[in-house]
Amino acid sequence: MSDPPVLEVEKICVSFSGRKILDEVSFEIREGEFTGLIGSNGVGKTTLLRTILGMQRPDAGVIRVLASPLSPRSRSLGYVPQKIAIDTDIPMRARDFVALGLDAHRYGFARRTAHQHQLVEEMLHDVDAERFANHRVGSLSGGEQQRVFIAHALISQPRLLLLDEPLANLDPKSVQEIVALLHRVARDHRVAILLSAHEMNALLPVMDRIVYVTDGRAASGTTDEVVRSEVLSKLYGHHVDVLKLHGRVLVVAEPGQDNEDIPQHPTFTVS
Amino acid sequence: MFTGFMVNAWEAATIVATVAGVVGFFVVLRGSAFPAHAIPNGAFAGAAGANLIGLNPLIGLGVFSLGAAFGIGALSRRGRKDAVTALALVMMLALGAAFLSLSTQYEPEIFSLLFGEILGVSSSQILPVALLGVVCIIAVGVLYRRLLLTSLAPDIAAARGLRPQRVETAFLIIVACATTMTVPVVGALLIFTLLIGPAAAARCFTNRTERAMLGSVVIALLTVWMAIACSYETNWPVGFYVSVFSASWYGIGRAYVAWHTTRVVLGEPPASMEVG
Amino acid sequence: MNAVRVFFEPGFFASGPVHVALVIGAVTAIVSAVVGVFTVVRGQSFAGHALTDVATTGGSGAFFFGISPLVGFIGSGVIGAGAMDLIGVQRVRSRDMATGIVLGSATGLAALFLYLDATKSATTGATQQILFGSIFTIDPSTIPLVVILSALTLAVIGLIYRPLLISSFSAELTRARGINLRGVGLLFMIAMAVSVGLSSIAVGSILSTALLIGPAATSVRLTSSIRAAMVLACALGVVAAWLGVLFAYDSFYWIPSSQGLPVSFFIVSLIFVFYLVSGLSIVRRGVDWLTRNNLPIGSTPALTSKAEL
Repeated sequence: MSDPPVLEVEKICVSFSGRKILDEVSFEIREGEFTGLIGSNGVGKTTLLRTILGMQRPDAGVIRVLASPLSPRSRSLGYVPQKIAIDTDIPMRARDFVALGLDAHRYGFARRTAHQHQLVEEMLHDVDAERFANHRVGSLSGGEQQRVFIAHALISQPRLLLLDEPLANLDPKSVQEIVALLHRVARDHRVAILLSAHEMNALLPVMDRIVYVTDGRAASGTTDEVVRSEVLSKLYGHHVDVLKLHGRVLVVAEPGQDNEDIPQHPTFTVS
Repeated sequence: MFTGFMVNAWEAATIVATVAGVVGFFVVLRGSAFPAHAIPNGAFAGAAGANLIGLNPLIGLGVFSLGAAFGIGALSRRGRKDAVTALALVMMLALGAAFLSLSTQYEPEIFSLLFGEILGVSSSQILPVALLGVVCIIAVGVLYRRLLLTSLAPDIAAARGLRPQRVETAFLIIVACATTMTVPVVGALLIFTLLIGPAAAARCFTNRTERAMLGSVVIALLTVWMAIACSYETNWPVGFYVSVFSASWYGIGRAYVAWHTTRVVLGEPPASMEVG
Repeated sequence: MNAVRVFFEPGFFASGPVHVALVIGAVTAIVSAVVGVFTVVRGQSFAGHALTDVATTGGSGAFFFGISPLVGFIGSGVIGAGAMDLIGVQRVRSRDMATGIVLGSATGLAALFLYLDATKSATTGATQQILFGSIFTIDPSTIPLVVILSALTLAVIGLIYRPLLISSFSAELTRARGINLRGVGLLFMIAMAVSVGLSSIAVGSILSTALLIGPAATSVRLTSSIRAAMVLACALGVVAAWLGVLFAYDSFYWIPSSQGLPVSFFIVSLIFVFYLVSGLSIVRRGVDWLTRNNLPIGSTPALTSKAEL
């Protein structure tokens, strides 16, 4: 408990044109923790991530990374954005893109050292990207590109890796693979993970903590602490039931209430 | 073809093509085709203006191309980039038209500013052109990695504190600089083809970034050399050949990609998409 | 009464060329505005501008081959549009590359034609004439043809209005409704080529781009529906054109020893100023107020999203 938390978010408030997107959101992330940022679309997850990264200035509240106030050049944070469209025509191999994670901030044209090449090789191995390391980044599938971006973010050894909706457009099998991969690299590289998603079930096996967001308000803690009727009802402002079935969670509002606020995969089934 | 005043033409063309290959690589990577067209055209207006008040056209070129670079950069923060580029372009062209109407520029001078007069390059022009060229290439070299990341993944770059907006402005200034040194040689309208064609073609032949940039330079050199030779023989303008060959290289590149992709689809020997 | 005389130099309202200029200017402005709004919204400003240069090439080619300039301007525009569509795929960056290649080739051809024109007929000033054009030297007999072709272009836009609207904002919705995205795109490019060819021959290629993009970009910033944008763009374009003609005419008198400044300079400057002014928040608030209270706005989608088409 003596090490400072990797990330401290304290009472962050963000508004756009009069609308409150984030309302006194607070939570902490400790070293190596796997945290899920769960909420349905449009609820403020991306805004929160951008605020943490320093790309969005909050109206109120403080963000601290390793106990220091956030600075743009803080290399303790790695980022994997939601959508990156890389053209097929772009002449860059996956391996080169990963290498760029090491030295994109450097000025000049110096050749990469053997040690740097070694780091790239190891990282490609860690994310299972050796197969397509020499292919064009733009020609890779969505899932393959994602591994490359994760490797790119990890190679500079950040303390915290932020991923914006990495599971959104993947099929269930790929979801499982990526979650397992993230869990593994987090453990191996001792990096904390903050991952936003609109469905929490895929993450239940690996999540240490959850930050559950709705309508700009958030509740954080372990899954057992947060995903309970009382806590979520208070968060939503109306009664919701939490059902646990075969290790999966289902959050249901009363008939007549809007189920749209509830982050759920629309075709949730018991498998 | 290789003696006397032609030596200057070859030298100038070589320098221009090298710079165009290097800068053009990033123009194509960043999809900045329109600014690459707008900045030289705007520069032309500056040359007309400089002529009007008796200054060296190069100064006018420099001032207006920088103005275009800053203008496009500033306006595009609050508006659509392509519409803003169009507006900046026409505003400068309109100024150019005004300058021309107020002055007594001769047709051949206008033609040479627009389409270049490479065969008329004097040896005293070589040094300034070479110096500016070196400046451009060094600038690209210094910003190389930032240019790459901000071109491909601006969000990631922003998160790392690399400030994509600033890199963009710096890049536009580099284009402005390249414009200034090349306009007298290949003309305002045609530097654009040299920036786009070779780079777009080169990346069809290789996956590797450095090789693609090198390829861009090589193709640009081949283009201007062939263009000078053809122009010397037929007396037709160099610019015509430059644009035709640029487009042809692009066509060859796309054809190669299509052929290669078909091979992969047809299941021929395992192609790892590694080319060259 | 003296104020009027200061503003309108003698003979303005009586002058024949002025009448022609006002009519051509207005017609061109209106067609350009309508096409331009879609051009800006679809992010095709580069293509729109490139087509004006391609049209100019056609003009210099027509001069050389001795065919009608109108055919040259419009024909080359249509060919250029077709080539851009053929080469370019749906992704924005490839499309810009295709536009660039076509533009570059057309420019090279223009260099050739101008060179050949000069050697063939020893005419000087061809470059300047073709590139900058002049609204005051239009042959009045071309007015009917310009008006008819403009009307035709507007009719085409009217015909494909719905599919064009949908395809400009949402690729998914377009596919869902069974609209041929490629077909609509190509039709629009051709309409753009014709409109741009007409305006290039009437007012020169600089003005052609300016009238296409400028008022449209300004109005798109200020309104939130396509219909409102088109109305505002037409208004801005016509105002800029007429004021520009007026100032150009007046400049004969204001600037002592010359022929005055070209019309294109005044019109483009006005268009540019309108755009800059539209960025001021006070203007935006004013327009919001106006649209809420007065002008009937159609219920078409907001112009905030740019389609990646």
